[in-house]
Amino acid sequence: MVKATDILDQEPILEVKDLQTSFFTDKFEVKAVDGVNFAVPKGKTLGIVGESGSGKSITSLSILRLIQNPGKIIGGEILFKGENILKKSEAEMRKIRGNEISMIFQEPMTSLNPVYTVGQQISESFMIHQNMSKKEAMKRSAEMLELVGIPSPKQRVKQYPHELSGGMRQRVMIAIALACDPELLIADEPTTALDVTIQAQILELMKDLQDRLGMSIIMITHDLGVVAETCDYVAVMYMGKVVEYAKVRDVFKNPKHPYTVGLLNSLPRHDIDLGDVELQVIEGSVPSPDNLPKGCRFAPRCPFATELCHEKLPDLEQSDNGNQIRCWIYTDEWDGDQEVDVSAKRTT
Amino acid sequence: MFQFIVRRLIQTIPVLIGVTILTFSMVRLIPGDPAQIMAGESASQEQIELTRERLGLNDPLPVQYFDYVSGVVTGDLGNSIRNGRPVADEIKVRIGTTVSLAFYSTLLSVFLGIIFGVFAAVRRGKLSDTLVMIAALFGLSMPNFWLGLILIQYFAIGRDVLFFNTGWFLASGWGTWQQMVLPVITLGTAGAAIIARMTRSSMLEVIDQDYIRTARAKGVKERIVVYRHALKNALIPVVTVVGLQFGALLGGAVITENVFAINGLGRLMVGAINSRDFPIVQSGVLVFAFLFVFVNIMVDVIYRLLNKRIDLN
Repeated sequence: MVKATDILDQEPILEVKDLQTSFFTDKFEVKAVDGVNFAVPKGKTLGIVGESGSGKSITSLSILRLIQNPGKIIGGEILFKGENILKKSEAEMRKIRGNEISMIFQEPMTSLNPVYTVGQQISESFMIHQNMSKKEAMKRSAEMLELVGIPSPKQRVKQYPHELSGGMRQRVMIAIALACDPELLIADEPTTALDVTIQAQILELMKDLQDRLGMSIIMITHDLGVVAETCDYVAVMYMGKVVEYAKVRDVFKNPKHPYTVGLLNSLPRHDIDLGDVELQVIEGSVPSPDNLPKGCRFAPRCPFATELCHEKLPDLEQSDNGNQIRCWIYTDEWDGDQEVDVSAKRTT
Repeated sequence: MFQFIVRRLIQTIPVLIGVTILTFSMVRLIPGDPAQIMAGESASQEQIELTRERLGLNDPLPVQYFDYVSGVVTGDLGNSIRNGRPVADEIKVRIGTTVSLAFYSTLLSVFLGIIFGVFAAVRRGKLSDTLVMIAALFGLSMPNFWLGLILIQYFAIGRDVLFFNTGWFLASGWGTWQQMVLPVITLGTAGAAIIARMTRSSMLEVIDQDYIRTARAKGVKERIVVYRHALKNALIPVVTVVGLQFGALLGGAVITENVFAINGLGRLMVGAINSRDFPIVQSGVLVFAFLFVFVNIMVDVIYRLLNKRIDLN
């Protein structure tokens, strides 16, 4: 096994080691996150990409230990500034949440409490973590609204969420998350529910705030465009496992894992003329989690899969260009075509 | 807010007119001649005619209705047949008792209902949740009068347990707290059960909402997540139920007052029904209807205070 920190140029603020989170039903255990490894560099952005059900959201909720029953973190380590979060008490966790690690969610329309004003909801963070008085917290809340680019913040703090548009609400969510100047911001598909023009604004805002405040970001998304635009590193997840983890440039220029290649191929390009080449898709669909493939999770859908792939699960290994890849093709044990070129099929 | 209350009050006018039409028709729709009934069984033909004239029953119906409504508005509800006293006075001396019985019972149902509802919701699926919900079902299914009698049996007459007797409370009357405990429990139990079930299901719906996750992600304590972030949202549908429950409560008050010999409106009405004292029955129904409408306006106000998504204007 390789270390996730190996590919970073910076110190890691967060390192996730072999994280396992499962959901238990009466009949079986669903391994939503199954041995995930990655690290987040200080002041930079890590993207986590994958289809629905790949475990990216569960991974992010695990970092804040917000997994609710019947889910449970059953193994691994999450090192935040060198300390294992999983070993902390609930009271210690509360001091981290919203203070050192914050999170914004996919659905701005439902992520704010409808019966409290925007100001009250931002103030709460100040009051919990910085012992501010109500008045002072309200003043700071207005400043936060200004920071996230909401006009006339003094009036806005008194409004209720239903009086704001989706984009505005996501800005409020960002204001709540950044209130206590966190070192790590987890953004779980922050733009998925928004209009395209608003998406661009929100991403720009996050990038701008990162430059100003210097926090690290985990950007969870299924949108490779968002990754290209905002991330420095990227972890591609498939069925609860990281299949490729690399610098963002390397993933786009030289993807190694057949799944990553498949994802890139299914992305329409507007920048170059591809002529008559058809947009490709990844054949098949994600298997049901109660019926996991025995070998490589991607083998049933992989165009290169051999017997070895179906039988044994590969480890995450460092390839020659530095990408960390979970694929037999790049190991000595590979039993298929030695000359196979995974990215040969790339249309782009 | 003031505007809203005023408008809401104006909106109740048609309801109140409907109520007066109903109570007005009540006396005229019952089988038999009201004048005959009011004059008494042994009355002669002249006496009946006299009564009819006195009651204005020979006037056209709209005139009769107008007379009745102007009586209601000016507080003249006619005289009791049984003892000849003004109905308004009979009601005035008893209404306080019934309203306080209903008020304390509502208070008890809301208090117990919310506490147990939240308790069950945060322990969803556990044994304590199941036990609370079974108890609620039991409380809901128990007939009022039966619960009252059982309570009298065990806590007024009492049982000898070890060295003391459990006859702590009184079984009749209204005034001291010993007299008030048992009737309030009797009347409040069903409401508490309904509110507990409602609160539980409403809490379960709210606790899975995204904004609860947001609150947790902020580092808010679980207790505050439950009581400040979840409960305030969960109470919105519960408040409506409390208003509707009040109607059932007034019906229950009639029974409870009789079981505990409380001299309130309910008991007055039952006595009046038995002795065919129609002016009293008519006015009793009217007062109950007014109370119900008034309480539901209050519920509407509270509902709007809780639910910010509803524009007051």
